[in-house]
Amino acid sequence: MTGNHAVAYGVRDASAEVVAAYPITPQTQIVEKLAEFVEKGEMRGRYIRVESEHSAMAACIAAEACGARSFTATSSHGLLYMSEMIFWAGLGSFPVTMAVVTRTLAPPWSIWNEHTDILSQRDAGWVIMMCESAQEAYDTAIQAFRIAEDERLVQPVMYGLDAFSVSHTAEEVDLLEKKDVEGYLPPLEPSRLRVYMDPENPGTFGNLVGPDRMMEIRHSIKEAFDRARVVIKDAVRDYEKISGRRQVGLIEEYRCSDAEVVMITTGASSGDAKDAADYLRDEGVRAGLVRLRVIRPLPREEISDAVKGAKVVAVVDRDYSFGYGGILAGELEGYIGKKMCRFVAGLGGRDLTPEDFKGIAMKALEMGEKGDVSKEIWWGLKG
Amino acid sequence: MSSVLTIKDLTEEEFTLPGNAACPGCAAALSLRIALKVLGPKTIMIVPASCISVIQGYYPKTPCRVPVLNVAFASTAAAGSGAVAALELKGKSGVKVLCWAGDGGTADIGLQALSGAAERNENMIYVCYDNEAYMNTGTQRSGATPRAAFTTTTVTGKLERKKSVPEIMIAHRIPYVATACAAFPLDFASKLKRAESMPVRGLKYIHLLSPCPPGWRFPAEKTVEVGKLAVMTGMWILYEWYDGGYNLTGPSKALLEKSRRRPLKDYLSIQGRFGHLKEEDLESLQRDVDEHWEEFSKKLGIRA
Repeated sequence: MTGNHAVAYGVRDASAEVVAAYPITPQTQIVEKLAEFVEKGEMRGRYIRVESEHSAMAACIAAEACGARSFTATSSHGLLYMSEMIFWAGLGSFPVTMAVVTRTLAPPWSIWNEHTDILSQRDAGWVIMMCESAQEAYDTAIQAFRIAEDERLVQPVMYGLDAFSVSHTAEEVDLLEKKDVEGYLPPLEPSRLRVYMDPENPGTFGNLVGPDRMMEIRHSIKEAFDRARVVIKDAVRDYEKISGRRQVGLIEEYRCSDAEVVMITTGASSGDAKDAADYLRDEGVRAGLVRLRVIRPLPREEISDAVKGAKVVAVVDRDYSFGYGGILAGELEGYIGKKMCRFVAGLGGRDLTPEDFKGIAMKALEMGEKGDVSKEIWWGLKG
Repeated sequence: MSSVLTIKDLTEEEFTLPGNAACPGCAAALSLRIALKVLGPKTIMIVPASCISVIQGYYPKTPCRVPVLNVAFASTAAAGSGAVAALELKGKSGVKVLCWAGDGGTADIGLQALSGAAERNENMIYVCYDNEAYMNTGTQRSGATPRAAFTTTTVTGKLERKKSVPEIMIAHRIPYVATACAAFPLDFASKLKRAESMPVRGLKYIHLLSPCPPGWRFPAEKTVEVGKLAVMTGMWILYEWYDGGYNLTGPSKALLEKSRRRPLKDYLSIQGRFGHLKEEDLESLQRDVDEHWEEFSKKLGIRA
């Protein structure tokens, strides 16, 4: 099945109770499949066919506030249109989960892959994960609920799927048994929610807060995120037990331990980068890869630990912040304690092949040897 | 459906407590008090950015004795939809969802979400308390501001007419649409009761005219008087629409004939927001009211 359908199956198997969704390419298959599940009675949940993404997230927030496990999916423009409510969910600690099929923002119009959309929401109080494959999309869809609803965290989780290379590419996907998921993901108890609308115990959520209290409210979310790494690791470990399949935690280390050059990537093209590392090793170059599965909380310590033996690191950003640079490179700069080369590649869905990653790794080695890694390189830019 | 509540039908129990942050003479606060007496404690309120978000006062205190979910400006009806879905799924069908939004949050920024919820016919009550401008931000014009009114963004008077959200809601063929005015609380209460007790599922919409002393520029003690004049001059018509037909309610029932209506000037002249109007402006606005009634009278008695 495709990555999109894998998400829908994961959401079904996680017994999501409210789905509120609006179509957008290349995400639409997720919400189409969920509509089919609900209409055919394969899912007990309610499906709200909202008129916009802003409304989709508003409905999910209110559903969570009334105790229902809720889900939506979107992409690029839909994500940005929803952005006000994304912050509302994060700052209000509503444990919604959302699949984001990463797609280039217009203008000019494009439906192809880029990560700038999901990274634009990185300050919203959400856990952010990235999937490499359809199987990981299915696994993440289930794990996301467990992570979001963990009483140590209770924050929303979004996870990215690269447009087309994950969303529309069919792979074999192992599904879990319902009873296994039930053991892994207990029903959402209202007592776990930070905000619960209960007429028996009425409270007001979200009324005015003055400067005397706001910092403390924000700090409580910061503390929840301090616990998020452990929550994610536990969710992954327990999922390994029920699935019998190895899971990646915060980062995936691929042939890093003895690598002289380590590439840092996220999302689908990490597979091509791994192939590149293999080819380079065949040619006698010790290359490795760190794939970020989790971007919030940013696993800085894990990354710096993984690259500690490398001569040089190459961060490959499929995103961009104008006047700043590649977003991930900027976030990691100063933390990984290594010479770091910054590559911007694959914007607007431009294909990235193992050959490209080989080139990137070799270029990084060359820059590292020359001792000057200051230049940001737009890989494959046509003259 | 002709039952009209009396004051004895309203519980003495209060669900919005005194000591809230409403301005003196606030009709929205008054009406919310009445509304919760009708709907009772098994009600979840959804409130967007509006005067009501200020009236609730500062966290961690609240005057509301029902659960309140504050949401972003444009999202009231969408959030209401999510709450309805969750409550139904959880088998809590006895809990009502009340969306309570201002005219900016309804006629302007929230209209898309409201239209979506109406088209899906979500099972909830939506009250727009209409004080005819963005009062919470200091009186800027909204789509619901009447023609000629001064606001801080229409300093020589608004050029355009008031948008009729009730008519937009009727076009969605939801089960129940009504107008009300805060100066006639029992008429409003009766309509809420009707909306609540209708056996048919779906969105019930009430558009409540809510006079605003600072925004409309009249003394705080004149809220009820101004509201009554809005109805008695025919500027604001009290009606219900259900089963495909319109009914006049309350004092509006007696105002079909022009001679029974007070001159519009009586309503306009006691509000500072119309203080800049010349005689010919008053005549022009009077013609608007008369034409509106003529148009409206054609709809009466017609049942689909």
